[in-house]
Amino acid sequence: MNAIRFLLGQKLIELESVSPTLTVLNYLRYEQKKIGTKEGCAEGDCGACTVGIAELKDGQLHYRAVNACIMFLVTLDGKQLLTVEDLKTADGNFHPVQQSMVDCHASQCGFCTPGFVMSGFAEFQNRQCSPKNRLKTMSDEYQTTQLTQIFAGNLCRCTGYGPIIEAGKSWLEQAENTPPQDRACIVAVLKAIEPLESKQQRSDEQTYIQPSSVSELTEVLAQNPNATLLAGGTDVGLWVTKQHKILNQVIYLGQIEALKQIECSSNRLEIGAAVTYSEAMPILIQHFPMMEEYLYRHSSTQIRNSGTIVGNIANGSPIGDMPPALIALNAQITLTSQTGQRIILLENYFISYGQQDRRPDEFIEKVSIPLLGKSSALFKVYKISKRFEQDISSVSAAFYIELDDTQHIQTARLCYGGMAGTPLRATLTEQTLIGQLWTEPTLTDAALLLAEDFSPLSDFRASKEYRLTIAMNLLKKFFIQSQDQSPPTQLSITGDVTCA
Amino acid sequence: MPEPVLEIKTGVSASVKHDSASKHVSGEAVYIDDLPEPRNLLHVYIAQSTQAHAKILKLDLSAVKQADGVGAVLCAADIPGKNDYGAVVDGDPIFANALVEYIGQPLFAVAAEQIEQARRAAQLAVVEYAPLPALIHVKEALAARSFVLPSKKFQRGEPAIQLAQSANRLHGEIEIGGQDHFYLESNIALAIPGEDNDLKIYSSTQHPTEVQHCCARVLDVPDHAINVEVRRMGGGFGGKESQPALFASIAALVSHHTKRPSKVRLDRDDDMIMTGKRHDYLIHYDVGFTDEGRIRAIHFEAASRCGMSADLSGSINDRTMFHLDNAYFLEHVSIESHRCKTHTVSNTAFRGFGGPQGMVAIERVIDEIAYHLGKDPLAIRKINYYGVTDRNITPYDMKVTDNILPEITAELEKTSNYAARRTEIKRFNQHSLYLKKGIALTPVKFGISFTATHLNQAGALIHIYTDGSIHLNHGGTEMGQGLFTKVAQIVAQEFQVEIDRIKITATTTDKVPNTAPTAASSGCDLNGKAAQNAAIILKNRLIEFAAKQYGVEEGGVIFTARGVHVGGQLIAFDELVKQAYFARVSLSTTGFYSTPKIHFDPNSGKGHPFFYFAYGAAVSEVTVDTFTGEYKVDRVDIVHDCGTSINPAIDTGQIEGGFIQGMGWLTTEELVYDAKGALRTHAPSTYKIPTCGDRPRKMNIHLRCVPNRENSVYRSKAVGEPPLMLGISVFNALNDAVASIINYQAHPRIDAPATPERVLLACERMRQRGDNHDA
Repeated sequence: MNAIRFLLGQKLIELESVSPTLTVLNYLRYEQKKIGTKEGCAEGDCGACTVGIAELKDGQLHYRAVNACIMFLVTLDGKQLLTVEDLKTADGNFHPVQQSMVDCHASQCGFCTPGFVMSGFAEFQNRQCSPKNRLKTMSDEYQTTQLTQIFAGNLCRCTGYGPIIEAGKSWLEQAENTPPQDRACIVAVLKAIEPLESKQQRSDEQTYIQPSSVSELTEVLAQNPNATLLAGGTDVGLWVTKQHKILNQVIYLGQIEALKQIECSSNRLEIGAAVTYSEAMPILIQHFPMMEEYLYRHSSTQIRNSGTIVGNIANGSPIGDMPPALIALNAQITLTSQTGQRIILLENYFISYGQQDRRPDEFIEKVSIPLLGKSSALFKVYKISKRFEQDISSVSAAFYIELDDTQHIQTARLCYGGMAGTPLRATLTEQTLIGQLWTEPTLTDAALLLAEDFSPLSDFRASKEYRLTIAMNLLKKFFIQSQDQSPPTQLSITGDVTCA
Repeated sequence: MPEPVLEIKTGVSASVKHDSASKHVSGEAVYIDDLPEPRNLLHVYIAQSTQAHAKILKLDLSAVKQADGVGAVLCAADIPGKNDYGAVVDGDPIFANALVEYIGQPLFAVAAEQIEQARRAAQLAVVEYAPLPALIHVKEALAARSFVLPSKKFQRGEPAIQLAQSANRLHGEIEIGGQDHFYLESNIALAIPGEDNDLKIYSSTQHPTEVQHCCARVLDVPDHAINVEVRRMGGGFGGKESQPALFASIAALVSHHTKRPSKVRLDRDDDMIMTGKRHDYLIHYDVGFTDEGRIRAIHFEAASRCGMSADLSGSINDRTMFHLDNAYFLEHVSIESHRCKTHTVSNTAFRGFGGPQGMVAIERVIDEIAYHLGKDPLAIRKINYYGVTDRNITPYDMKVTDNILPEITAELEKTSNYAARRTEIKRFNQHSLYLKKGIALTPVKFGISFTATHLNQAGALIHIYTDGSIHLNHGGTEMGQGLFTKVAQIVAQEFQVEIDRIKITATTTDKVPNTAPTAASSGCDLNGKAAQNAAIILKNRLIEFAAKQYGVEEGGVIFTARGVHVGGQLIAFDELVKQAYFARVSLSTTGFYSTPKIHFDPNSGKGHPFFYFAYGAAVSEVTVDTFTGEYKVDRVDIVHDCGTSINPAIDTGQIEGGFIQGMGWLTTEELVYDAKGALRTHAPSTYKIPTCGDRPRKMNIHLRCVPNRENSVYRSKAVGEPPLMLGISVFNALNDAVASIINYQAHPRIDAPATPERVLLACERMRQRGDNHDA
């Protein structure tokens, strides 16, 4: 039984042979002739292709909005795919998200609209399901903040977003107050098609392997060391849609239950290879509340719903946002192969641009993050980009400092992204800081050494001058924010900054 | 004549929903790529130049032709007619012939069964270039005196003498970046061959007539052989005015040669690389002013990057010259305009059409004067505003007769609480070491009409069927701006029937011919009037018939929401229509409109190029993080003039959307070309338009609905472009925030777009200046 099985709306689809790199969007538009879902960019940045995925979590249906343009169809095995065509009720009425948008004049050219509708739909359905989300007294500001996060991955060029937000406030209220429809039937079908066994599909050009356990994975990886490892696909998808690469062998990690685990002990948090940002965020924010804004700025809802934290490490990008934060926290990764496991410090994984410490038969099974505990450690993360939402960093920075009882610096880990060919610690600056008193002049002087630690590049995102200036200023900002009585340093999303 | 008591619900001034709103949210609205694909369709990929400026030594396509699935490979030699799609003057080859002049220029087209096959086949071409020196940026082109069109100059008074004698004088330079349209639907054309050499072309275009004419010229067939249709676009913003002709021509060419339907659909990257953008400018200013801050004399030298061809650059640069005054009386003035030729894609129309860049420059000048004199920039604005009864002649000799800016400014100052907030912000900045706030109020005065006078005409076609349902067609195109809805409201108003009786139909060149582009904010002004004209013609026929039939005076036949009053009788609209049909009254007509009063002499630079002006003003408040250069727009207050609004909901949408688009242009939207002339920001991953998080949390928009003093359709005002320029207030507020670092002693002169990088580097400059000053 190697067929990929999923629900397209209410219809069960079984595909015996399908290209592992066929995107959900192309499948919908060209094979199913469902043209409501649009292509705006084919790189997961505009959201016009947003669709809903429903899947079982603890026996309940959970919905998420994803970008169909960079999601491969094979990853839908065992799930339900919902598009804008599925939203009207049988008697022809609109879903509350649709009706609110009509009522608020929230569409102009309409091309982005199905994507907004689907982002709203996924949120609506989840809010209906989980009473814990119900907040009877959502302030206007709170609603707007929620909606800004929900729609961060949906671009609209016509409306200026105001009417879309207004519509959102209306359907948010409705979601809190409308009981969900009976979903038992869908739950039953999804249970029946749950992919418990491994699957393989081969054609002349392409091979697709979907292992169901870590041991199967290490085995097929040993046999196919050149295979592309696919998890969230938010990077690999672009190899296909943007670079027009043909991937001959694809191994998908997303159906291995063991890799979807998040484990938290008294002193470590371990996140498996197939855990998405959205899944990891609640516990990450619980243990590292200072990372909340960073994680929201990291990417849009759709990307966080697909992309994995380990994937952000594995691809070796010098501008991935997770590695600087995790390196500053002294995280480790577990590299697994048929011959066993290697546990290395994350910072040692990055050798140079495009080169990482991973053998072809290995995969990163998990990342393990030491918790801050009750120590006096200071920890902050910063992301600087042209735009707040869904943008790649010009510079990202994560600072971890431990002080002794006399306020002298005992440990310093300052890690930057965007400053070199890999995420990199400011070694010289760190060494200088050790043993010094935690004061503003200490930081200001040390920051000057960053120019020796780094010689960043100029590109279309930022000049080297800007990168270096930010790197230095952030260190100063870090110090100021560590002080109890500091003047305001943080931009407020609501625009209400007051200064005594 | 007694007034009808009961009004229809969906007539003029009602906030009727966009006619496609329900289809948008359900995914049922059909864009061209959504049409059922015809049998035998070929998908076309356009192979592009990888050199900015080079001779083509060799173009060997033999391997391309042999590749899997390929149905046709076409290059310059395969064009039966004219190898040019230039909108106004020649200079835009469909396919490069011996010479390439920008990266992304079409070399040849591959048509195949699947788009991936076409794309892969194209890689098999052997292309050899002999590179030539390339001019990429305005400064390089200006130094080389490389122009697409001759430079132009307006002059009034004696600016040179007055500048020399001014009590105060400042000069400076501002770079203003371009902008990609980033319509969500990229360019697309679908060609379907018919009998003879006929072609039906679906094109995502604001200008179906130009697409028609261009395809006919390329194929060397009469205009009547080509029929172009567009029901809706997924956004246009000017980007689909002249350029769709290229993609439609290539589809037409493929279908002409293969007798098969063909589709050209650009992906996002190809669209951004291959199509022109808003012109970026370098504007130099030299201003003399009194101690009170009133401008005595000013000289502007504006140079724009037109790219490799003229396209619409003549009119665009003209409009810059027409708007370098914005709202201000410039007594002694000279304006020089250079239209630079660079080896980059030909820049084109974009909402505002050159006007916004001129306005950014004069608003910079005003702020410079204010900081120089230590005064509030708003005070300087107000004493330089055009007068209502005097000081009201523009540099191009048009009298401003409808100046309502003093009233708009007074209203906005009050509702935005400008003065108190300015004081509060100064206080905040004195106490806040790291975050700095800025505020700015900037006005908009925007001239309405095509400056090419002949384009100010429109046609419409209305049929009334015997059941009383109405078919409405006109030359305007729908790109999201709600034009179809507004025009239908106008027709509904005339007949006093609800809008659901009116069928809104796709724009097509075989119903209404020889149309102007839907551009220059003129869509409703022109097409609304033409449709109104047609409706009145038909109404008059019905009146004449009814009067005769029922033996009443024509004045006794009145269309009301309840039906048509004929003398004492009330007859349902559809009943009257049926009777008229049986009496053999024609129930179909065209309508026509041409804008009165306008004229302009390009030689003297004088005339009356605009029918009227649209006005508005905005106050923006921002906060800047001076560690990183990042910022937030905290609050925006807008008062905007839309005459008697045809549809307040749609007009508000234009204002809000225009503001955000203007804000994006001047903040995060940065086009970066590398040294070789390749655009490095050609997708949303690298080119950052505003997201909903960038929308100011506090945004108060007031539509000022006072009837247009000119006889426009229902005394409304054009609202497509003017609000874009309200976004300038954000740019000026950012400069204001940075200026606070040195207590407003000098202008920080941040170029546009004011990216976080530019803002931070300006902060650093200010801090250094402050340090030096202290030392």
